[in-house]
Amino acid sequence: MTEKIAYYPGCTAKSYAKYMDSTARIVMKELGIELVELDRWNCCGTVYGLADDNLYSQLAPIRNMIRTLENGFDEVVTICSMCYNTLARANDLFKSDKEKADRLNAFMYKEPDYEGNVTVLHLLDLLVKRVKFQAVKEKVTNPLKGLKIAPYYGCTLLRPREISIDENIEHPSILSELIFALGGEPVEDPYMTECCGSYLTVKDKHLVADRTNKIVGSMQKRSADIIMVSCPLCQFNLDRRQKEVKALNPAFHKVPIVYFTQLMALAMGVDYKKLGFQDHYVDPVPILKKRGLIREKKKVAAKIAK
Amino acid sequence: MARIIVANTEYKVPSNLTIMKALEYLGWRLKRGVGCRGGFCGACSTIYRMKGDHKLYTGLACATKVEDGMIIAQIPISPANKKSYNIDSLKAQPNTILELYPEVARCISCNTCTKACPQDIQVMDYVQAALRGDIAKAAELSFDCIMCGLCATRCPAEITQFNVGILARRLYGKYIAPKYKQLEKRVKEIEQGKFEDELSKLTKASKQKLVELYAARVREEVKR
Repeated sequence: MTEKIAYYPGCTAKSYAKYMDSTARIVMKELGIELVELDRWNCCGTVYGLADDNLYSQLAPIRNMIRTLENGFDEVVTICSMCYNTLARANDLFKSDKEKADRLNAFMYKEPDYEGNVTVLHLLDLLVKRVKFQAVKEKVTNPLKGLKIAPYYGCTLLRPREISIDENIEHPSILSELIFALGGEPVEDPYMTECCGSYLTVKDKHLVADRTNKIVGSMQKRSADIIMVSCPLCQFNLDRRQKEVKALNPAFHKVPIVYFTQLMALAMGVDYKKLGFQDHYVDPVPILKKRGLIREKKKVAAKIAK
Repeated sequence: MARIIVANTEYKVPSNLTIMKALEYLGWRLKRGVGCRGGFCGACSTIYRMKGDHKLYTGLACATKVEDGMIIAQIPISPANKKSYNIDSLKAQPNTILELYPEVARCISCNTCTKACPQDIQVMDYVQAALRGDIAKAAELSFDCIMCGLCATRCPAEITQFNVGILARRLYGKYIAPKYKQLEKRVKEIEQGKFEDELSKLTKASKQKLVELYAARVREEVKR
Protein backbone atom coordinates (compact mmCIF):
# COMPACT_ATOMS: atom_id res chain seq x y z
CA MET A 1 0.00 0.00 0.00
CA THR A 2 1.21 3.46 -0.82
CA GLU A 3 2.00 5.61 2.18
CA LYS A 4 0.76 9.19 1.99
CA ILE A 5 2.42 12.27 3.39
CA ALA A 6 1.44 15.94 3.28
CA TYR A 7 3.58 17.79 0.78
CA TYR A 8 4.43 21.48 0.77
CA PRO A 9 6.02 22.31 -2.60
CA GLY A 10 6.75 26.04 -2.14
CA CYS A 11 6.39 28.79 -4.75
CA THR A 12 9.72 28.20 -6.52
CA ALA A 13 8.88 24.54 -7.04
CA LYS A 14 5.86 25.76 -8.98
CA SER A 15 7.82 28.02 -11.30
CA TYR A 16 11.62 28.14 -11.62
CA ALA A 17 12.21 24.74 -10.02
CA LYS A 18 9.22 22.89 -11.41
CA TYR A 19 11.38 19.92 -12.40
CA MET A 20 12.55 19.56 -8.82
CA ASP A 21 8.87 19.16 -7.92
CA SER A 22 8.04 16.76 -10.74
CA THR A 23 11.11 14.55 -10.24
CA ALA A 24 10.47 14.42 -6.47
CA ARG A 25 6.94 13.15 -7.11
CA ILE A 26 8.22 10.53 -9.58
CA VAL A 27 10.95 9.13 -7.32
CA MET A 28 8.80 9.10 -4.19
CA LYS A 29 6.03 7.26 -6.04
CA GLU A 30 8.64 4.74 -7.11
CA LEU A 31 9.63 4.38 -3.43
CA GLY A 32 6.01 3.79 -2.38
CA ILE A 33 5.22 7.22 -0.94
CA GLU A 34 2.63 9.55 -2.38
CA LEU A 35 3.31 13.25 -1.86
CA VAL A 36 -0.13 14.78 -1.22
CA GLU A 37 0.07 18.49 -2.01
CA LEU A 38 -1.77 20.59 0.59
CA ASP A 39 -5.03 21.81 -0.97
CA ARG A 40 -4.34 25.31 0.35
CA TRP A 41 -0.90 26.67 1.10
CA ASN A 42 0.88 30.00 1.07
CA CYS A 43 4.47 31.17 0.66
CA CYS A 44 6.62 29.80 3.49
CA GLY A 45 7.83 33.32 4.28
CA THR A 46 10.96 32.88 2.12
CA VAL A 47 13.44 33.77 4.82
CA TYR A 48 13.08 33.03 8.53
CA GLY A 49 12.27 36.28 10.34
CA LEU A 50 15.01 37.00 12.86
CA ALA A 51 13.47 40.19 14.26
CA ASP A 52 12.34 39.05 17.70
CA ASP A 53 9.63 41.68 17.97
CA ASN A 54 8.08 41.16 14.54
CA LEU A 55 5.72 38.24 14.67
CA TYR A 56 4.21 39.15 11.30
CA SER A 57 6.95 37.19 9.56
CA GLN A 58 5.99 34.03 11.50
CA LEU A 59 2.38 34.07 10.29
CA ALA A 60 3.09 32.63 6.85
CA PRO A 61 5.00 29.52 8.01
CA ILE A 62 2.67 28.80 10.95
CA ARG A 63 -0.39 29.09 8.72
CA ASN A 64 1.01 26.22 6.63
CA MET A 65 1.14 24.09 9.80
CA ILE A 66 -2.58 24.75 10.28
CA ARG A 67 -3.22 23.76 6.64
CA THR A 68 -1.32 20.52 7.23
CA LEU A 69 -3.61 19.66 10.15
CA GLU A 70 -6.69 20.66 8.11
CA ASN A 71 -5.59 18.14 5.48
CA GLY A 72 -5.50 15.42 8.13
CA PHE A 73 -1.73 15.11 8.57
CA ASP A 74 0.67 15.88 11.40
CA GLU A 75 3.80 15.78 9.28
CA VAL A 76 4.66 17.89 6.28
CA VAL A 77 7.51 17.32 3.88
CA THR A 78 9.13 19.91 1.64
CA ILE A 79 11.81 19.73 -1.05
CA CYS A 80 13.21 23.27 -1.03
CA SER A 81 15.91 23.92 1.56
CA MET A 82 14.82 27.53 2.08
CA CYS A 83 11.20 26.49 2.70
CA TYR A 84 12.41 23.75 5.03
CA ASN A 85 14.50 26.20 7.03
CA THR A 86 11.76 28.81 7.35
CA LEU A 87 8.98 26.33 8.20
CA ALA A 88 11.05 24.29 10.65
CA ARG A 89 12.44 27.31 12.52
CA ALA A 90 9.08 29.03 12.81
CA ASN A 91 7.62 25.76 14.07
CA ASP A 92 10.43 25.50 16.63
CA LEU A 93 9.85 29.07 17.79
CA PHE A 94 6.15 28.33 18.15
CA LYS A 95 6.82 25.22 20.26
CA SER A 96 9.38 26.89 22.51
CA ASP A 97 7.77 30.27 23.17
CA LYS A 98 4.28 29.99 24.62
CA GLU A 99 3.74 33.74 24.75
CA LYS A 100 4.55 34.23 21.07
CA ALA A 101 2.46 31.19 20.19
CA ASP A 102 -0.53 32.67 21.99
CA ARG A 103 -0.12 36.01 20.24
CA LEU A 104 0.11 34.33 16.83
CA ASN A 105 -3.03 32.30 17.52
CA ALA A 106 -4.86 35.42 18.71
CA PHE A 107 -3.99 37.24 15.51
CA MET A 108 -5.11 34.34 13.33
CA TYR A 109 -8.44 34.09 15.12
CA LYS A 110 -10.26 32.98 11.99
CA GLU A 111 -8.13 29.84 11.86
CA PRO A 112 -8.31 27.00 14.38
CA ASP A 113 -5.67 27.41 17.13
CA TYR A 114 -2.35 25.74 16.35
CA GLU A 115 -0.75 23.75 19.14
CA GLY A 116 2.69 23.10 17.71
CA ASN A 117 1.88 19.49 16.87
CA VAL A 118 3.18 19.31 13.28
CA THR A 119 6.58 17.91 12.33
CA VAL A 120 8.39 19.55 9.43
CA LEU A 121 10.58 17.26 7.34
CA HIS A 122 12.85 17.80 4.40
CA LEU A 123 12.59 15.14 1.70
CA LEU A 124 16.13 14.03 2.57
CA ASP A 125 14.96 13.55 6.18
CA LEU A 126 12.20 11.32 4.92
CA LEU A 127 14.65 9.32 2.81
CA VAL A 128 17.02 8.80 5.74
CA LYS A 129 14.50 8.16 8.51
CA ARG A 130 11.57 6.45 6.80
CA VAL A 131 12.56 5.15 3.39
CA LYS A 132 16.23 4.27 4.11
CA PHE A 133 18.91 4.50 1.46
CA GLN A 134 18.96 0.71 1.09
CA ALA A 135 15.43 0.93 -0.36
CA VAL A 136 16.61 3.67 -2.72
CA LYS A 137 19.50 1.46 -3.82
CA GLU A 138 17.10 -1.38 -4.60
CA LYS A 139 15.18 0.84 -7.03
CA VAL A 140 18.27 1.88 -8.98
CA THR A 141 18.25 0.47 -12.52
CA ASN A 142 20.70 2.91 -14.10
CA PRO A 143 23.49 3.22 -11.50
CA LEU A 144 25.42 6.46 -11.80
CA LYS A 145 28.63 4.48 -12.21
CA GLY A 146 31.74 6.56 -12.76
CA LEU A 147 29.92 9.85 -12.20
CA LYS A 148 31.83 12.06 -9.77
CA ILE A 149 29.19 13.97 -7.89
CA ALA A 150 30.04 16.80 -5.50
CA PRO A 151 27.36 17.15 -2.82
CA TYR A 152 26.53 20.75 -1.93
CA TYR A 153 24.46 21.46 1.19
CA GLY A 154 24.66 25.24 1.48
CA CYS A 155 23.46 26.69 4.77
CA THR A 156 19.75 26.20 5.12
CA LEU A 157 19.67 22.41 5.48
CA LEU A 158 22.18 22.47 8.31
CA ARG A 159 21.94 25.70 10.27
CA PRO A 160 20.97 26.37 12.97
CA ARG A 161 21.73 23.11 14.80
CA GLU A 162 18.14 22.67 16.02
CA ILE A 163 16.80 22.05 12.54
CA SER A 164 19.85 20.46 10.90
CA ILE A 165 19.00 17.38 8.84
CA ASP A 166 22.45 15.97 9.58
CA GLU A 167 23.88 15.49 13.06
CA ASN A 168 27.28 16.56 11.85
CA ILE A 169 26.84 20.16 10.79
CA GLU A 170 30.47 20.76 9.86
CA HIS A 171 30.91 17.55 7.92
CA PRO A 172 27.51 16.22 6.88
CA SER A 173 27.26 12.94 4.97
CA ILE A 174 23.59 12.50 4.00
CA LEU A 175 24.07 13.53 0.37
CA SER A 176 27.19 11.36 0.05
CA GLU A 177 25.23 8.39 1.36
CA LEU A 178 22.53 9.11 -1.20
CA ILE A 179 25.17 9.30 -3.95
CA PHE A 180 26.54 5.90 -2.87
CA ALA A 181 23.02 4.48 -2.98
CA LEU A 182 22.61 5.78 -6.53
CA GLY A 183 25.88 4.12 -7.54
CA GLY A 184 27.79 7.38 -7.99
CA GLU A 185 31.04 8.57 -6.55
CA PRO A 186 30.83 11.40 -4.00
CA VAL A 187 33.46 14.11 -4.19
CA GLU A 188 33.39 15.88 -0.83
CA ASP A 189 34.75 19.39 -0.74
CA PRO A 190 35.37 21.85 2.12
CA TYR A 191 33.09 24.33 0.36
CA MET A 192 30.07 22.00 0.44
CA THR A 193 28.61 23.78 3.49
CA GLU A 194 29.52 27.33 2.42
CA CYS A 195 26.82 29.87 1.60
CA CYS A 196 26.16 30.45 -2.12
CA GLY A 197 25.38 34.14 -1.54
CA SER A 198 21.65 33.58 -1.31
CA TYR A 199 19.45 36.61 -2.12
CA LEU A 200 22.44 38.88 -2.60
CA THR A 201 22.20 37.57 -6.16
CA VAL A 202 19.48 40.18 -6.74
CA LYS A 203 21.52 43.08 -5.41
CA ASP A 204 25.04 42.16 -6.42
CA LYS A 205 25.45 39.35 -8.92
CA HIS A 206 29.23 39.79 -9.03
CA LEU A 207 29.48 39.00 -5.35
CA VAL A 208 27.59 35.76 -5.97
CA ALA A 209 29.73 35.08 -9.04
CA ASP A 210 32.74 35.32 -6.72
CA ARG A 211 31.15 32.77 -4.35
CA THR A 212 30.35 30.54 -7.32
CA ASN A 213 33.94 30.77 -8.52
CA LYS A 214 35.19 29.64 -5.10
CA ILE A 215 32.65 26.87 -4.55
CA VAL A 216 32.35 25.42 -8.06
CA GLY A 217 36.02 26.11 -8.80
CA SER A 218 37.11 24.13 -5.73
CA MET A 219 34.86 21.23 -6.63
CA GLN A 220 36.08 21.09 -10.22
CA LYS A 221 39.69 21.02 -8.94
CA ARG A 222 38.68 17.82 -7.19
CA SER A 223 37.50 16.65 -10.62
CA ALA A 224 33.77 16.71 -9.88
CA ASP A 225 31.66 16.03 -12.97
CA ILE A 226 28.48 17.48 -11.57
CA ILE A 227 27.24 19.19 -8.39
CA MET A 228 24.17 17.97 -6.49
CA VAL A 229 22.01 20.48 -4.58
CA SER A 230 18.71 20.53 -2.70
CA CYS A 231 17.79 24.21 -2.99
CA PRO A 232 16.43 26.14 -5.99
CA LEU A 233 18.24 29.33 -4.92
CA CYS A 234 21.60 27.54 -4.58
CA GLN A 235 20.86 25.94 -7.96
CA PHE A 236 20.13 29.32 -9.53
CA ASN A 237 23.20 30.99 -8.06
CA LEU A 238 25.73 28.25 -8.73
CA ASP A 239 24.31 27.57 -12.22
CA ARG A 240 23.42 30.99 -13.67
CA ARG A 241 26.29 32.90 -12.12
CA GLN A 242 28.80 30.70 -13.93
CA LYS A 243 28.10 33.10 -16.81
CA GLU A 244 29.83 35.89 -14.85
CA VAL A 245 32.59 33.67 -13.43
CA LYS A 246 34.45 33.37 -16.72
CA ALA A 247 35.41 37.07 -16.46
CA LEU A 248 36.78 36.52 -12.93
CA ASN A 249 38.67 33.36 -13.66
CA PRO A 250 39.66 32.48 -17.26
CA ALA A 251 40.75 28.99 -16.22
CA PHE A 252 37.22 28.18 -15.02
CA HIS A 253 35.21 25.63 -16.93
CA LYS A 254 31.53 25.06 -16.43
CA VAL A 255 30.09 22.38 -14.12
CA PRO A 256 26.38 21.46 -14.21
CA ILE A 257 24.32 21.96 -11.05
CA VAL A 258 21.46 19.49 -10.57
CA TYR A 259 18.85 18.69 -7.93
CA PHE A 260 19.23 15.46 -5.96
CA THR A 261 15.76 14.46 -7.16
CA GLN A 262 16.86 14.74 -10.81
CA LEU A 263 19.80 12.37 -10.25
CA MET A 264 17.58 10.00 -8.26
CA ALA A 265 15.12 9.89 -11.15
CA LEU A 266 17.92 9.32 -13.65
CA ALA A 267 19.32 6.47 -11.56
CA MET A 268 15.85 4.96 -11.27
CA GLY A 269 15.65 4.78 -15.04
CA VAL A 270 13.42 7.78 -15.82
CA ASP A 271 13.89 9.15 -19.36
CA TYR A 272 16.39 12.02 -19.09
CA LYS A 273 14.16 14.20 -21.30
CA LYS A 274 11.62 14.32 -18.45
CA LEU A 275 14.14 15.67 -15.95
CA GLY A 276 14.14 19.33 -17.04
CA PHE A 277 17.81 19.54 -18.03
CA GLN A 278 16.81 21.90 -20.85
CA ASP A 279 16.10 24.57 -18.20
CA HIS A 280 19.68 24.59 -16.88
CA TYR A 281 22.22 27.22 -17.87
CA VAL A 282 25.03 24.63 -17.76
CA ASP A 283 23.70 21.60 -19.60
CA PRO A 284 24.22 18.36 -17.65
CA VAL A 285 23.51 16.16 -20.70
CA PRO A 286 27.04 16.10 -22.28
CA ILE A 287 28.78 14.83 -19.12
CA LEU A 288 26.01 12.30 -18.44
CA LYS A 289 26.38 11.02 -22.02
CA LYS A 290 30.16 10.91 -21.65
CA ARG A 291 29.79 8.73 -18.55
CA GLY A 292 27.39 6.48 -20.43
CA LEU A 293 24.40 7.29 -18.22
CA ILE A 294 22.27 8.59 -21.07
CA ARG A 295 21.95 6.44 -24.11
CA GLU A 296 20.15 7.54 -27.24
CA LYS A 297 18.25 4.34 -27.90
CA LYS A 298 17.36 5.07 -31.54
CA LYS A 299 20.90 5.94 -32.58
CA VAL A 300 22.29 2.84 -30.91
CA ALA A 301 19.68 0.71 -32.65
CA ALA A 302 20.47 2.37 -35.98
CA LYS A 303 24.18 1.69 -35.53
CA ILE A 304 23.54 -1.94 -34.74
CA ALA A 305 21.36 -2.23 -37.83
CA LYS A 306 24.22 -0.93 -40.01
CA MET B 1 -35.22 51.09 16.94
CA ALA B 2 -31.42 50.80 16.86
CA ARG B 3 -28.94 53.37 18.12
CA ILE B 4 -26.13 53.96 15.62
CA ILE B 5 -23.28 56.43 15.59
CA VAL B 6 -22.60 58.17 12.29
CA ALA B 7 -19.96 60.91 12.03
CA ASN B 8 -19.62 60.95 15.83
CA THR B 9 -23.33 61.62 16.42
CA GLU B 10 -25.77 59.09 17.84
CA TYR B 11 -29.09 58.54 16.05
CA LYS B 12 -32.05 56.24 16.45
CA VAL B 13 -33.11 54.42 13.28
CA PRO B 14 -35.57 51.55 12.60
CA SER B 15 -33.63 48.33 13.18
CA ASN B 16 -34.86 46.62 10.02
CA LEU B 17 -32.99 49.03 7.73
CA THR B 18 -29.72 48.47 5.93
CA ILE B 19 -26.91 50.88 6.72
CA MET B 20 -27.55 52.67 3.43
CA LYS B 21 -31.29 53.02 4.05
CA ALA B 22 -30.57 54.20 7.59
CA LEU B 23 -28.32 56.99 6.30
CA GLU B 24 -31.06 58.11 3.93
CA TYR B 25 -33.60 57.83 6.74
CA LEU B 26 -31.42 60.32 8.61
CA GLY B 27 -31.63 62.70 5.67
CA TRP B 28 -28.24 62.09 4.09
CA ARG B 29 -28.20 62.51 0.33
CA LEU B 30 -25.77 59.90 -0.94
CA LYS B 31 -23.76 60.90 -3.98
CA ARG B 32 -20.65 58.80 -3.44
CA GLY B 33 -20.43 55.40 -1.83
CA VAL B 34 -23.69 54.30 -3.40
CA GLY B 35 -24.42 52.32 -6.53
CA CYS B 36 -26.51 49.30 -7.41
CA ARG B 37 -28.06 48.94 -3.94
CA GLY B 38 -28.08 45.18 -4.48
CA GLY B 39 -24.67 44.02 -3.25
CA PHE B 40 -23.09 43.73 -6.68
CA CYS B 41 -21.26 46.94 -7.58
CA GLY B 42 -18.98 47.33 -4.58
CA ALA B 43 -19.45 51.10 -4.29
CA CYS B 44 -20.70 51.26 -0.68
CA SER B 45 -17.76 49.89 1.31
CA THR B 46 -18.33 50.50 4.99
CA ILE B 47 -16.32 49.90 8.13
CA TYR B 48 -17.86 49.71 11.56
CA ARG B 49 -17.25 48.71 15.14
CA MET B 50 -19.71 47.49 17.72
CA LYS B 51 -19.67 49.21 21.10
CA GLY B 52 -17.55 47.22 23.54
CA ASP B 53 -15.96 45.05 20.82
CA HIS B 54 -12.35 45.57 19.70
CA LYS B 55 -12.89 44.21 16.21
CA LEU B 56 -13.15 46.36 13.10
CA TYR B 57 -15.87 44.96 10.87
CA THR B 58 -16.40 45.54 7.17
CA GLY B 59 -19.45 45.32 4.98
CA LEU B 60 -21.45 46.76 2.11
CA ALA B 61 -23.84 49.48 3.29
CA CYS B 62 -26.58 48.19 0.98
CA ALA B 63 -26.34 44.61 2.24
CA THR B 64 -25.66 45.01 5.97
CA LYS B 65 -28.43 45.59 8.47
CA VAL B 66 -27.96 48.18 11.20
CA GLU B 67 -27.47 46.86 14.71
CA ASP B 68 -27.73 48.53 18.06
CA GLY B 69 -24.37 50.05 19.01
CA MET B 70 -22.89 50.30 15.51
CA ILE B 71 -20.22 52.96 14.94
CA ILE B 72 -20.18 53.52 11.20
CA ALA B 73 -17.87 55.11 8.62
CA GLN B 74 -18.13 54.79 4.86
CA ILE B 75 -15.15 54.41 2.54
CA PRO B 76 -16.48 55.95 -0.67
CA ILE B 77 -13.37 55.29 -2.73
CA SER B 78 -10.24 53.24 -2.19
CA PRO B 79 -7.08 54.82 -3.65
CA ALA B 80 -5.63 52.05 -5.78
CA ASN B 81 -2.43 51.21 -7.59
CA LYS B 82 -3.75 50.48 -11.06
CA LYS B 83 -1.36 49.65 -13.85
CA SER B 84 -2.28 50.30 -17.45
CA TYR B 85 -1.46 47.44 -19.78
CA ASN B 86 -2.49 46.13 -23.15
CA ILE B 87 -3.90 42.68 -22.54
CA ASP B 88 -3.09 41.70 -26.14
CA SER B 89 0.63 42.22 -25.61
CA LEU B 90 0.81 40.41 -22.24
CA LYS B 91 1.58 36.72 -21.92
CA ALA B 92 0.09 34.40 -19.32
CA GLN B 93 3.41 33.44 -17.74
CA PRO B 94 4.18 32.72 -14.07
CA ASN B 95 5.80 36.15 -13.57
CA THR B 96 3.34 38.30 -15.58
CA ILE B 97 1.39 39.48 -12.54
CA LEU B 98 4.54 40.08 -10.48
CA GLU B 99 6.03 42.25 -13.20
CA LEU B 100 3.02 44.57 -13.14
CA TYR B 101 2.38 44.37 -9.41
CA PRO B 102 5.73 43.51 -7.77
CA GLU B 103 4.27 44.43 -4.36
CA VAL B 104 2.50 41.04 -4.44
CA ALA B 105 5.83 39.64 -3.24
CA ARG B 106 5.43 41.68 -0.04
CA CYS B 107 2.51 39.49 1.08
CA ILE B 108 3.28 37.98 4.48
CA SER B 109 0.15 35.80 4.63
CA CYS B 110 -1.36 37.76 7.53
CA ASN B 111 -4.83 37.11 6.06
CA THR B 112 -6.11 40.59 6.96
CA CYS B 113 -7.50 40.97 3.41
CA THR B 114 -9.55 37.79 3.75
CA LYS B 115 -10.92 38.97 7.09
CA ALA B 116 -11.96 42.26 5.45
CA CYS B 117 -13.70 40.82 2.38
CA PRO B 118 -17.50 41.28 2.42
CA GLN B 119 -17.79 38.64 -0.31
CA ASP B 120 -16.07 35.96 1.82
CA ILE B 121 -13.39 35.47 -0.83
CA GLN B 122 -10.13 33.76 0.18
CA VAL B 123 -8.27 36.94 -0.81
CA MET B 124 -4.92 35.96 0.68
CA ASP B 125 -5.06 32.62 -1.12
CA TYR B 126 -5.52 34.27 -4.52
CA VAL B 127 -2.71 36.75 -3.84
CA GLN B 128 -0.54 33.76 -2.91
CA ALA B 129 -1.59 31.94 -6.08
CA ALA B 130 -0.62 35.06 -8.07
CA LEU B 131 2.72 35.14 -6.24
CA ARG B 132 3.59 31.63 -7.32
CA GLY B 133 2.37 32.25 -10.87
CA ASP B 134 -0.79 30.14 -10.70
CA ILE B 135 -2.97 32.48 -12.78
CA ALA B 136 -5.83 30.00 -13.18
CA LYS B 137 -6.14 29.54 -9.42
CA ALA B 138 -5.96 33.30 -8.77
CA ALA B 139 -8.70 33.84 -11.34
CA GLU B 140 -10.90 31.11 -9.89
CA LEU B 141 -10.53 32.22 -6.27
CA SER B 142 -11.10 35.92 -7.04
CA PHE B 143 -14.12 35.33 -9.27
CA ASP B 144 -16.69 36.80 -6.86
CA CYS B 145 -14.72 40.05 -6.34
CA ILE B 146 -16.82 43.21 -6.67
CA MET B 147 -13.80 45.49 -6.29
CA CYS B 148 -15.05 47.32 -3.21
CA GLY B 149 -11.43 47.88 -2.16
CA LEU B 150 -11.75 46.94 1.51
CA CYS B 151 -8.93 44.37 1.20
CA ALA B 152 -6.57 47.01 -0.20
CA THR B 153 -7.35 49.55 2.51
CA ARG B 154 -6.53 46.98 5.21
CA CYS B 155 -3.43 45.35 3.67
CA PRO B 156 -0.24 45.96 5.71
CA ALA B 157 1.81 45.10 2.60
CA GLU B 158 -0.05 47.82 0.64
CA ILE B 159 -1.10 45.47 -2.15
CA THR B 160 -4.09 46.42 -4.32
CA GLN B 161 -5.54 42.93 -4.28
CA PHE B 162 -8.62 43.58 -6.41
CA ASN B 163 -6.52 44.86 -9.34
CA VAL B 164 -4.31 41.80 -9.07
CA GLY B 165 -7.45 39.64 -9.17
CA ILE B 166 -8.93 41.26 -12.24
CA LEU B 167 -5.59 41.01 -14.06
CA ALA B 168 -5.55 37.28 -13.26
CA ARG B 169 -9.11 36.88 -14.57
CA ARG B 170 -8.32 38.83 -17.76
CA LEU B 171 -5.23 36.73 -18.41
CA TYR B 172 -7.21 33.59 -17.68
CA GLY B 173 -10.07 34.59 -19.95
CA LYS B 174 -7.84 35.54 -22.85
CA TYR B 175 -5.09 32.94 -22.71
CA ILE B 176 -5.90 30.01 -20.43
CA ALA B 177 -9.65 29.27 -20.47
CA PRO B 178 -10.66 26.69 -23.06
CA LYS B 179 -12.17 28.23 -26.17
CA TYR B 180 -15.77 27.34 -27.03
CA LYS B 181 -15.70 26.19 -30.64
CA GLN B 182 -19.50 26.22 -30.90
CA LEU B 183 -19.58 29.90 -29.99
CA GLU B 184 -17.00 30.80 -32.62
CA LYS B 185 -18.99 28.84 -35.20
CA ARG B 186 -22.21 30.59 -34.28
CA VAL B 187 -20.62 34.07 -34.39
CA LYS B 188 -19.30 33.26 -37.86
CA GLU B 189 -22.77 32.14 -38.96
CA ILE B 190 -24.27 35.39 -37.71
CA GLU B 191 -21.59 37.40 -39.50
CA GLN B 192 -22.32 35.51 -42.72
CA GLY B 193 -25.97 36.49 -42.42
CA LYS B 194 -27.41 33.04 -41.80
CA PHE B 195 -30.20 34.37 -39.59
CA GLU B 196 -30.93 37.65 -41.37
CA ASP B 197 -33.89 36.44 -43.48
CA GLU B 198 -35.65 35.00 -40.49
CA LEU B 199 -34.95 38.07 -38.39
CA SER B 200 -36.28 40.45 -41.02
CA LYS B 201 -39.46 38.33 -41.28
CA LEU B 202 -39.93 38.77 -37.55
CA THR B 203 -39.31 42.51 -37.54
CA LYS B 204 -41.92 42.95 -40.30
CA ALA B 205 -44.51 40.66 -38.73
CA SER B 206 -47.69 42.05 -37.14
CA LYS B 207 -48.30 41.80 -33.41
CA GLN B 208 -50.94 39.13 -34.03
CA LYS B 209 -48.47 37.06 -36.06
CA LEU B 210 -45.76 37.46 -33.40
CA VAL B 211 -48.11 36.18 -30.70
CA GLU B 212 -48.91 33.14 -32.87
CA LEU B 213 -45.26 32.46 -33.61
CA TYR B 214 -44.37 32.81 -29.94
CA ALA B 215 -47.05 30.33 -28.90
CA ALA B 216 -45.93 27.85 -31.54
CA ARG B 217 -42.19 28.14 -30.92
CA VAL B 218 -40.14 25.02 -30.46
CA ARG B 219 -38.62 24.86 -27.03
CA GLU B 220 -35.17 23.46 -26.71
CA GLU B 221 -36.21 20.77 -24.21
CA VAL B 222 -39.03 19.65 -26.55
CA LYS B 223 -36.54 19.42 -29.40
CA ARG B 224 -34.32 17.16 -27.31
